[in-house]
Amino acid sequence: MALVERSTPYQSSWAERIPTAWWIAGLVALIMPAFVNDFILFQVFGWTFVLGMIALSLMFLAGYGGMVSLIQMSVAALGGYMVAIFGTSGVAAISMDLPWWLYIPIAVIVAAAFGTLVGALAVRTEGIYTIMITLAIASAFFYFTRQNYGIFNGYSGFNLVVPPHLFGVDWRQPMPFYYLTLGCAVLSYLAVVYVSRSPFGLALQGVRDNPRRMAALGFNVTAHRIAAYTFASVIAAFGGILLVWQNAQISPGTAGIPAVIDILVIAVVGGVRRPIGPFIGALIYTVLRTFSPDILTGFGLSGERFKLLIGLGFLAVVFFSPDGVLGLWERWRARKGRGRDPLTGEAK
Amino acid sequence: MRGFYSRRPIWSLIIAIAVAIVLWLIFAPWPEGLVDAIGAKRIFLNAFFGGITLGALYFLVASGFTLIFGLMRNVNLAHGSLYLLGGYVGYEVSDATGSWVLAFPVVFIVVAALGLILQNQVFRRMEGEELRQTMVTIGLSVVIADIMLWIWGGQSYTILSPEWLSGPTVLPIISSIKSSGDVVYLKYPAVRIAILVAAIAIGIAMWLVLNKSRLGMLIRAGVDDREMLAASGVRIQYVFLAVFAFGAGLAGMAGIVGGTFQSLSPGEDTRFLLASLVVVIVGGMGSIPGAAIGALVIGLSEQIGLVYAPTYSVVFTFLIMAAVLAFRPQGLLGSTR
Repeated sequence: MALVERSTPYQSSWAERIPTAWWIAGLVALIMPAFVNDFILFQVFGWTFVLGMIALSLMFLAGYGGMVSLIQMSVAALGGYMVAIFGTSGVAAISMDLPWWLYIPIAVIVAAAFGTLVGALAVRTEGIYTIMITLAIASAFFYFTRQNYGIFNGYSGFNLVVPPHLFGVDWRQPMPFYYLTLGCAVLSYLAVVYVSRSPFGLALQGVRDNPRRMAALGFNVTAHRIAAYTFASVIAAFGGILLVWQNAQISPGTAGIPAVIDILVIAVVGGVRRPIGPFIGALIYTVLRTFSPDILTGFGLSGERFKLLIGLGFLAVVFFSPDGVLGLWERWRARKGRGRDPLTGEAK
Repeated sequence: MRGFYSRRPIWSLIIAIAVAIVLWLIFAPWPEGLVDAIGAKRIFLNAFFGGITLGALYFLVASGFTLIFGLMRNVNLAHGSLYLLGGYVGYEVSDATGSWVLAFPVVFIVVAALGLILQNQVFRRMEGEELRQTMVTIGLSVVIADIMLWIWGGQSYTILSPEWLSGPTVLPIISSIKSSGDVVYLKYPAVRIAILVAAIAIGIAMWLVLNKSRLGMLIRAGVDDREMLAASGVRIQYVFLAVFAFGAGLAGMAGIVGGTFQSLSPGEDTRFLLASLVVVIVGGMGSIPGAAIGALVIGLSEQIGLVYAPTYSVVFTFLIMAAVLAFRPQGLLGSTR
């Protein structure tokens, strides 16, 4: 029987190739609103998906392109700012009140153009220099938005930026917002997986591993890297738009240095080898951020020390596992599997 | 220098003309038309000297950063935290003892000791893994920043300068000429002059140590080829420890200087980390003269920008960095090794 099966070319459908764990995770994500309260839906999971998307754009650059870019939060914030400026906000003097089908593409295009421009500068450098330069540009963006009152409304930023009422649904209610962010997160995840397997993504990974050889093979190394920045910026821009809708406001602090570093922390803690890593990192981060005041006061410490907790956790992860929590998990599985015979799978 | 002149005659000419214009702007009394166009000379001079002093402070912070990077390829993104820690410790010392001068050796020793621990416990474990070092030092800076916020709170501190440095001095530079024909000379805070002199002295001392001493010889050899130096029997780890401790201590002392003529508050650590990043990117990684030039350029552009285009002064800094990156990615004085 087994021989017959193997001799015929067996085409598995795409649905069968997805592991069972994914189906369970998807199902749980879909029916989540049935058994958690609104606060967890909106504050924990909504925020997780949003931060996960922004960190996913960093993961794409770092994992597949080998470029650790700290500009992603600024790109996201620029997308959010564009929504506030071209859409509707509490600052009537600046906002243009365009319809949603116009301001969302504008926001994404502007943010992607900005990300591409920064990328074009950053790809002239390598490794740590990229980190330094993108960090410097990100902080320039922060100071610029804080000082510019004509476009970015300076220190106070924009408030009352809410999603449009589409199809009769208020998308800022916890359950619709949960599904909106879930949908966007899944779409961007699939987009990253698809692009990483496309010829472009494979060439990008080749560029990451050996740029000189790829150049010799006739690939335009610089163009691939800049294009990677553009793609990542689009994802970050959508993340930024969702972020501004969730907070209903945006100010320079949204893309301040701590926020920029938080995105790096999320991506690294989750693991930058796989696209699912940033979402795991984001979940850990939001859970810590939301509940650490309770935990800390439980230990008799002030609730303000959550940064210390997050910083120490980040330190522990980068110190012991360079590829994040996912790396720890894989190492644990490998250790568990070491007890088995590699051929028969039986325990020794 | 002569080589530069013969290789780049046009650039030499442009630099010479720029220097001449700046000198004329400083020393000559301004004609009426110029005053009408960009304001009084006093404002320009204040911005100019403010920029040079700020550049001196940036140099103190960035020279340690660039030295550490140049020798060990260590990316210490906790450098700004060392600066702020030095400032806070200096505040405590000068507050407790009433002596501003005493704060300098104390802070140097404290922060240098922290630097020794960092180099020995953190960087030595991950030599050559630049990305991991970056991540770990970012994590460290987050943790240190929060601990400092815990201890010293969110308010801002200013370290009082001693009696003999407070008050203005008169510089032999004409600020303006009154209608009566009296010449008004520029007055400038003495403490800032002292900072400038100290920065120049430290810069020259570093240059002398690097170029004229045995330790400097070891460091330069280490920058060029670390493995070969280690193979020829030099205990390079000791050289590393010494350089890291010195760079960290310098950042700590810069914290006192910054706390004296500006202020200390949470967030200053990232500001100065960033300033040193931009300075070394502009000047060239691992080059002390590059750090000096970069610090001067960034300090001047920040202060002059603040006076003449307050909204966009940060953008000037950024534009300079972008221009340097676009046309000379290794920095003004960096080498392409």
